[in-house]
Amino acid sequence: MTITADESRVYGYDDLSRLMGMMTGDEKHGPAATSTLDVLWVLYDRVLRVTPERRDDPARDRFLLSKGHGPMAYYAVLAAKGFVPVEWLPGFGSYDSPLGHHPDRVLVPGAEIGSGSLGHGLPIAVGTALGLRARGLGDPAVWVLIGDAELDEGSNHEAIAFAGPAGLDRLHTVVIDNSSASHALPGGIAARFEAAGWSAVTVDGRDHEALSAAFTAPHPGRPRVVVARVEPKNA
Amino acid sequence: MDTMRDRFAPVVSRMLDEDPRVAVVLAEIGAAGFQEAARRHPERVINVGIREQLMIGTAAGLALTGLRPVVHTFASFLVERPFEQVKLDLGHQDTGAVLVSAAASFDWPAGGFTHMAPGDVAILDTLDGWTVHVPGHPDEAETLLHHAVAAGDDKVYVRLSVQSNRAGRVIDGQHLRTVRGGRSGVVVAVGPMLDAVLDATEGLDVTVLYATTVRPFDAAGLRRATEAAGTDVVLVEPYLAGTSTAAVNEALSDVPHRVLGLGVGRRELRRYGTIEEHVAAHGLDPAALRERIGGFTGAGRAAAAG
Repeated sequence: MTITADESRVYGYDDLSRLMGMMTGDEKHGPAATSTLDVLWVLYDRVLRVTPERRDDPARDRFLLSKGHGPMAYYAVLAAKGFVPVEWLPGFGSYDSPLGHHPDRVLVPGAEIGSGSLGHGLPIAVGTALGLRARGLGDPAVWVLIGDAELDEGSNHEAIAFAGPAGLDRLHTVVIDNSSASHALPGGIAARFEAAGWSAVTVDGRDHEALSAAFTAPHPGRPRVVVARVEPKNA
Repeated sequence: MDTMRDRFAPVVSRMLDEDPRVAVVLAEIGAAGFQEAARRHPERVINVGIREQLMIGTAAGLALTGLRPVVHTFASFLVERPFEQVKLDLGHQDTGAVLVSAAASFDWPAGGFTHMAPGDVAILDTLDGWTVHVPGHPDEAETLLHHAVAAGDDKVYVRLSVQSNRAGRVIDGQHLRTVRGGRSGVVVAVGPMLDAVLDATEGLDVTVLYATTVRPFDAAGLRRATEAAGTDVVLVEPYLAGTSTAAVNEALSDVPHRVLGLGVGRRELRRYGTIEEHVAAHGLDPAALRERIGGFTGAGRAAAAG
């Protein structure tokens, strides 16, 4: 696929809302889309070692968007970073557009997985971390983003319970906590990961400095979870 | 005689030694067979515990990094329990894997219905792009495992069973093989059903085709057989009756034809016992097959009249 991003233009955080605005139409997942915006920006701007030119490099960092609902923020960040042409954005959700209301890795440059059905990203991320290790690629980091209500899906717990004892220290999970789970207890998210041997921290999901520090803190021998708290979905 | 599954771990362990792309993913079941291989290749023999959704997701992740995952457990837990992972993590993600099942339709009848998967091939039939191998003998299982792993990044299902024919045959991982020629009907015997079909059709003027690869279905091979034997077709499959009826209809869509799909019944028997008792209960023993095949084909009517 030819990438025709305007390379003369550098996009910043302040451009993201305009890029999201280009994706007009019936985006019923609007609020959920923005809950991920700051985490996505900090990851792609400061943390992930991946660029459009390196998107097939075996040694790149991987970011797996598991919570595929409301991908406007994801597409906006991918466009800002040159993975996706900005001119694709207005077609969001249309028949000929590669950009659906859930992303498809076969269609979206830079998307490591397709998502939409909840609870698939973390198990695939476990396999990706194991595969990189088996190929002798000990350096690349694997990141997966899930939602707090997505943790309802039992498949996540299969992955959480395995990854800790397996010592998958290149595996990182960000849980966007917008209090959208119907049945949850305060502090329950980090506690469940910690009980499985993960390194865990809970931070303000809108604070770029706090997110950056949480994303880059060392966690030798253990996988890492960052719980990013944002405004409650229904507040 | 050893079983297909007895061959599985040694054969795949040698593949692990020889091909750095091969990785094995297990969910406890079958892990003992890979203990030695796991010592030699700790990073490519992965036992995720009793977690079948994770097993398939892990295989997809391995494939995304360029490996060739071989995934194994009982059929019920390999394609039925984590079916959405099979559909999405392999299919929708456009990744490949080799799924190798054991226990088949009723390999362990005393274990009851929870360990029976007569619907495994039928449920895979709802998905695009799967190759399905159904060996009828341990030697054939070994051959088909090699075909499966060597098939690039294809999605391949290999259905192992303790049910087996007395002798293995030369198979190529693609085509129907003509075992017996006749003029009054075609009987397609799948995998371990061949011996029973040969016994059942002794003296009947029918062509017997042997299938060990059922998807993609060898439509051209079936059409060739119908040129001499006519278009009365009987399928005898070791899984859900009628699973391949649609494939036969498609192969013969432009000619008048009749199809009888024999196999495992849909109704839950709620019986334990032995494999032989279940074979008989589903009408798949030679005597029952002879009656049903004979009653359907011209060959049977001719034999009855003679």
